[in-house]
Amino acid sequence: MKDFRVTPIRNGTVIDHIDCGQALKVLRIIGITDSVRSTVSVLLHVPSKKDGWKDVIKVEDRELDTKEVDKISLIAPKATINIIRDFNVAEKFNVKLPDVAKGIVRCGNPNCITNMDEPVETEFIVESKDPIVLRCLYCDRIQEDVADRVV
Amino acid sequence: MSFKGADVVSIRDLSREQIEQVMDLAEELVPYATGEKSTRAMEGKILGNLFFEPSTRTRLSFETAMLRLGGRFIEIAQPQSSSVVKGETLADTIRMVEGYADAIVLRHPHEGAARLAAKYCSKPVINAGDGAGQHPTQTILDLFTIRQQANGIADKNVVLVGDLKYGRTAHSLAEALGMFGANLMFVAPPLLQMPKETIKHLEKNGITPRLSSSLEEVISDADILYVTRIQRERFPDPAEYIKVAGSYRVDNALLREAKKDLVIMHPLPRVDEIAPEVDHTDNAKYFHQAFNGVPVRMALIMLVLGGEL
Ligand SMILES: Nc1ncnc2c1ncn2[C@@H]1O[C@H](COP(=O)(O)OP(=O)(O)O)[C@@H](O)[C@H]1O
Ligand SMILES: [Zn+2]
Repeated sequence: MKDFRVTPIRNGTVIDHIDCGQALKVLRIIGITDSVRSTVSVLLHVPSKKDGWKDVIKVEDRELDTKEVDKISLIAPKATINIIRDFNVAEKFNVKLPDVAKGIVRCGNPNCITNMDEPVETEFIVESKDPIVLRCLYCDRIQEDVADRVV
Repeated sequence: MSFKGADVVSIRDLSREQIEQVMDLAEELVPYATGEKSTRAMEGKILGNLFFEPSTRTRLSFETAMLRLGGRFIEIAQPQSSSVVKGETLADTIRMVEGYADAIVLRHPHEGAARLAAKYCSKPVINAGDGAGQHPTQTILDLFTIRQQANGIADKNVVLVGDLKYGRTAHSLAEALGMFGANLMFVAPPLLQMPKETIKHLEKNGITPRLSSSLEEVISDADILYVTRIQRERFPDPAEYIKVAGSYRVDNALLREAKKDLVIMHPLPRVDEIAPEVDHTDNAKYFHQAFNGVPVRMALIMLVLGGEL
C-alpha cells in the first residue's frame, strides 16, 4: 500500500499537482462550503515527484463536472484529476484549458456588457495557454491574471 | 461573397474583400446620397435605430441613409447615457424590436453590446458604436474617404495624430489601414501614444508604424492627416493640457510645410485641434468625410438587407 498522508478514500476525486499555493482557490471553485457533507482533505506544500512542491485536494463521494474541471485549468493548469472508485484510481486525466472559455470567468472590463445583468454567459477566446491570456468575445479586451476572476 | 443577413459588429469580422465591396457600392450610391438620383431600393423595409447613448452624426446619417434608400426607420433615441432603459435588459429590448424592424442599428454605452445584440437577434445588427469599443461604420467611412480623396490607400503616408491611446476610432482605423497597405505614422504625446497591443497586431501583419511626438517632424511626408481630439480629462493638470493640446493644433502655418494635396480628416466634433482658418483650404475634408457616412451606411444597409438599386 502507498504512503498516504491522509486516510485512503473509497470513492471520490483527487485533484493532484495543483500549483503550490493555489489549493484554496481551487476549493472555492469546486464550492466546498458549510453545506458540504463529505470529507475534504487539503494537502498544502507536499513534495511532488515531478518537480518541486504541489498542493493536493481529496474530495470524498464526489466527481467533478466539465465546467469545474475547466475552471481548475485556469488556476492550476498542471493539475491532474484522479477519480477514485473502490479505493483505486479508476480514471486519471490532466486538466486542459479549452479553446473557448465559456461561463467560467468574469470579464475584467467593468464596462463590458457581460458585467451588466444581461442573461448571458461570458465567453473568452483562449489566445495563449502559457501564460494564460484570454480575449473577451464581447468587449474584445485582452485579459491576464484571470485566476482571481474565475466564477 | 454574400452579406445578406450578416451582422456588422467589428471591423475585424470583415475581410478586405468585404470592405472593398462596401466601398464600391458606397461609391455607386454617392449620387443617391446627395439626392441627385433617387431610388426605392429599400421600399417597405424598416430600420430599427436604437441609440442608448447621445449621438448626432451617426444617428442622423443612418436615418438619412435609410430615407435616401426609400425605406423607413423607427427609433429609440436616449438623450442621456445614464438612463439606459432601467428594468429591461438589452437582450429583451432587442428581441422586442426584432419583431418590428428588418435590421437593427445599435449605439450603446457598454462594450460588447452589439455582439450581445447580434446573438439574440436573428435579423442583421449593425454596430453604431459600443462604449469605448468598436465603431465599424466609422472605420469604413474613414477608409472610403481616404480612398476617394487620396486616390487609393496602399502606400499612402497616413498620419494619425491626437489621442491615440483612448480614441475609439484610432485603433480600428490603424488596423484597417494596415490591412490596406498604408504607411502609418502615429503622432501623440507619449502618454497618449497608440497602445502596444495595436502596434503588436500591426507588426504581426508586417507593418512597422513610425512613432513620433512631433507633428512638425512628420507633416511634410503626410498624404493624409487624420486628427483626433485630445481630451482635457486625460490631464490632471489643466496647464499641461493646454500646452500639449496647443502643440498638436493644425493651422495654416503648419500646412505651409505640408504637401499641396494633403487630405485633412477628423471624425468630428472638433474642439480646437483644427483652426477654423483651415476650413477654407482645399485640404480640409472633414465635412465631406461626415457626408460620406451617408453613402457608406446606405451601402451597408443595402448589403445586409439585400436589394437592388
Ligand atoms: N484511494 C485513494 N484515496 C486517496 N487518495 C488516493 C487514492 N488513490 C490514489 N490517491 C492519490 O491520488 C493521486 C494520484 O494517484 P496515483 O495515480 O497512484 O499517483 P501519481 O499520479 O502520483 O502517479 C496521488 O496523490 C495519490 O496519493
Ligand atoms: Zn468583456
